[in-house]
Amino acid sequence: MKIAVCVKQIPDPATPYQLDPETHLVMRPAEQVLDDTDRYGIEVALQLAAATDGTVVLVSMGPAGNLQGIRQALAMGADQAVVVSDPLLQGSGALVTARVLAAAIVREAVDLVIAGTESTDGYTGIVPQQIAEILGLPALTFARKVEHIDGKLRVERQTASGYDVVTSPLPALVSVTSGAVEPRYPTFKGIMQAKQKPVDQPTCADLGIDPGSVGLGGSGQSITAVRPAPARTAGTKIHDEGEAYLEIVKLLEQAKVI
Amino acid sequence: MSEYRAPITDMRFTLEHVAGLETLRTLPRFAHVDGDLLTGVFDEAGRFASEVIAPLAQVGDTIGSVHNGDGTVATPPGYKEAYQRFVEAGWPAAGFPEEIGGGGLPWGVASALQEMIIAADMGFSLCPMLTYGTVDMLSLHGSEEQKATYLGKLVTSEWSGTMVLTEAQAGSDVGALTTKAVPADDGTWRLTGTKIFITWGEHDLTENIIHIVLARTPGAPPGTKGISCFIVPKYLVNPDGSLGARNDVTCLSIEHKLGIHSSPTCVLSFGDAGEGAVGYLIGEENEGMRYMFTMMNEARLSVGNEGLAVSERAFQQAASYALERKQGRTVGGERGEQAPIIRHPDVRRMLMLMRANIAAMRGVLYRNALAIDLSRHLEDEERRTQEEDLAAILTPISKAWASDLGTELTSLGIQIHGGSGYVEETGAAQWWRDSRIAAIYEGTNGIQAQDLAMRRIPLGGGVAMHRLFEMVLGDAASLEGDLKPIADRLTEATEASAAVAMTFGQWLLEGRYNDVLAGATPFLKMMGDTLGGWMLARGARAATAEPAGYDPAFLADRIALAAFYAEHVLPTVIGLKGSCLAGAEGMFAIEESRFG
Ligand SMILES: Cc1cc2nc3c(=O)[nH]c(=O)nc-3n(C[C@H](O)[C@H](O)[C@H](O)COP(=O)(O)OP(=O)(O)OC[C@H]3O[C@@H](n4cnc5c(N)ncnc54)[C@H](O)[C@@H]3O)c2cc1C
Repeated sequence: MKIAVCVKQIPDPATPYQLDPETHLVMRPAEQVLDDTDRYGIEVALQLAAATDGTVVLVSMGPAGNLQGIRQALAMGADQAVVVSDPLLQGSGALVTARVLAAAIVREAVDLVIAGTESTDGYTGIVPQQIAEILGLPALTFARKVEHIDGKLRVERQTASGYDVVTSPLPALVSVTSGAVEPRYPTFKGIMQAKQKPVDQPTCADLGIDPGSVGLGGSGQSITAVRPAPARTAGTKIHDEGEAYLEIVKLLEQAKVI
Repeated sequence: MSEYRAPITDMRFTLEHVAGLETLRTLPRFAHVDGDLLTGVFDEAGRFASEVIAPLAQVGDTIGSVHNGDGTVATPPGYKEAYQRFVEAGWPAAGFPEEIGGGGLPWGVASALQEMIIAADMGFSLCPMLTYGTVDMLSLHGSEEQKATYLGKLVTSEWSGTMVLTEAQAGSDVGALTTKAVPADDGTWRLTGTKIFITWGEHDLTENIIHIVLARTPGAPPGTKGISCFIVPKYLVNPDGSLGARNDVTCLSIEHKLGIHSSPTCVLSFGDAGEGAVGYLIGEENEGMRYMFTMMNEARLSVGNEGLAVSERAFQQAASYALERKQGRTVGGERGEQAPIIRHPDVRRMLMLMRANIAAMRGVLYRNALAIDLSRHLEDEERRTQEEDLAAILTPISKAWASDLGTELTSLGIQIHGGSGYVEETGAAQWWRDSRIAAIYEGTNGIQAQDLAMRRIPLGGGVAMHRLFEMVLGDAASLEGDLKPIADRLTEATEASAAVAMTFGQWLLEGRYNDVLAGATPFLKMMGDTLGGWMLARGARAATAEPAGYDPAFLADRIALAAFYAEHVLPTVIGLKGSCLAGAEGMFAIEESRFG
């Protein structure tokens, strides 16, 4: 089967993010890396593709830059990539992103769309569901395990108390949680081959998207202000006189961990 | 457990703008080694080193490899899985020529990959490192049949290799070895003898181990002229490539040692059970030492790389500690307020020494690796020879200077931690313990200094050394403006080193060998520090030109490091001159019996 995986290039999380003082948007250097949480979706896709003699196409929106992050994803074994990179798209919100990705996905005529649950630099967490809605696909979200059995998908959906087992016909969209699988490390060969793999870079016009419906203006949302995250406050010290574990149990209960 | 992050930007900068990767790129075979490729490869190898290998270091240190008593050796938990992934990812093969199934990267780039693996866990890294030596030996000197049988799986590191030289009475003096090889009727050989200190001589990471063993055949001349090289596989290999009988090689015990606890250092006995272990002669009889020399450059450079890599690891841990640990008040600081120790000049001095020396080492080692590449692949024969000579001079320096610095800088890493550094739980002491061996094996640093002074100074009638000094002075003369003070210190250090080299050359002609030998070690240090300054100066010059793709802050750091080194390290070079030229007399002024 043919599988599309939504992936995103983000500024290296190890370096502090810079925000544009006027637009409040994240400034994106030419060298962006693959969002680590995307590696799980890619791994799931590669396993399903291997089992079904299929192919994997990466779909991404954002400034292409030097394509470093996309090459990282290709190095894992994906076959090709589509990167919608268009200055018009700057400042697009989640819904516009979903529309653009959906338009790119439609052109690929895939059997399955896989996404992460949310990106590390945006954290909106709604793009996968929106893509499913736009494309009219069943959305199987928060998958911790994905299997392809008799032409159908069987997914274990992570819930607060455990997991649900759901099945769905194809085509469908699945969002996978971090930790669903152990992503492979690219092989040296894979990295060398990634340089040669096709990367299509359509613009909004190529996808037939109205320029007025995208970007800051087309997004129906604006960032009015940004504030630095509050500094971490000092933790509480519990002195152990033999009963400290009770305090810890209480804290864990408060945090609803147990 | 401290984390490790591969210093990818500095590695790329050093290759591209300090060591001179561009010359290599003019060769068709390496034209593809562009910035994108370096980034792609370094990124992923760095991630692999950080996430898969680095977490092993502490387990490897505390649990170590264990001899099971039945001749087998168990590696620490997690090693097998990590090694498997390392092989599957194809990293071990990346630096070998494509002709033998490798990834075709030049040595310069492969050195950076090697640095990452060593920094992540030096004990682990030794297994593939020894295998590289076996591959070099077989690809250069093995028969077609031997290559077909062993090379494929050694290139991928599916099998590991060893270098089996040392015996109880034959350490620095390899020529004193006594392991015997006698011919069998079928054209193979039977080896008997006991070898000691064999790195990764037995383990459970691979299904076969290919030992390269030095031994003497019947009637061989004494000393190094009578040494032959043999392949002795742990399991014999059938014609179809499957594994056959277990060969008569036994690991009697492994050593308890200061560091690299995961790397089993084995006593290997050959031919305990009968008429000898089955061995296959490589090349010609009595040519063993010549073959060993052809692969010595890479092996020695790899050991120098250990000094660099472990220093980098120690630096990362010490720097993050210095940013967090609060102690004492800075000059002019608020009363009662403790400052992070990185604000104290003495702590900053230690951190800067670590960082500047690391950048200096990286420059010299990569230049050395590129010289090896160029000496093999340049079209022009004269330039090829020049690079070969340069590699010959740089190699003992890379090995000894960098491994000594490794011990020195990892010790500073402990010092920065204060008392916690001395406590094993912190993990800072491991880097120092691990690094210490690099000054000893693969030819002790004393032997390296001797090699440099006795053999490299006279190389080409002194022309090779002279050309190197001219290159350094030429680069120094090209520094302008703010970099002028760096140029001045570099020129002074170079002139001092050149003066010692001249005198040594003269003494060698006069037969004053002991006087040269007495000053060889400080001379090697002078050379190392000078060439380190050279590389940093080149880095500063390149940084001033603001090459694309580098953060301005990174480039500013590179200039500051060169300036620091010029102020704090280069002046010490001149101070060593006296020690170099003092001669041997004073060293022997106290009678031997007075030491007893
Ligand atoms: C952990 C570990 C791993 C090792 N791995 C391997 C391996 O895989 N394969 C292998 O074959 N060997 C291996 N060795 C052996 C190592 O290469 C030798 O220990 C080393 O060459 C020194 O030999 P030695 O121990 O006999 O010391 P010696 O040769 O006895 O040296 C003692 C001291 O005398 C000095 N000295 C000796 N001769 C001279 C001279 N002519 N001029 C000036 N100074 C001299 C030395 O520099 C040193 O300071 C390993 C050793 C260790 C500890």
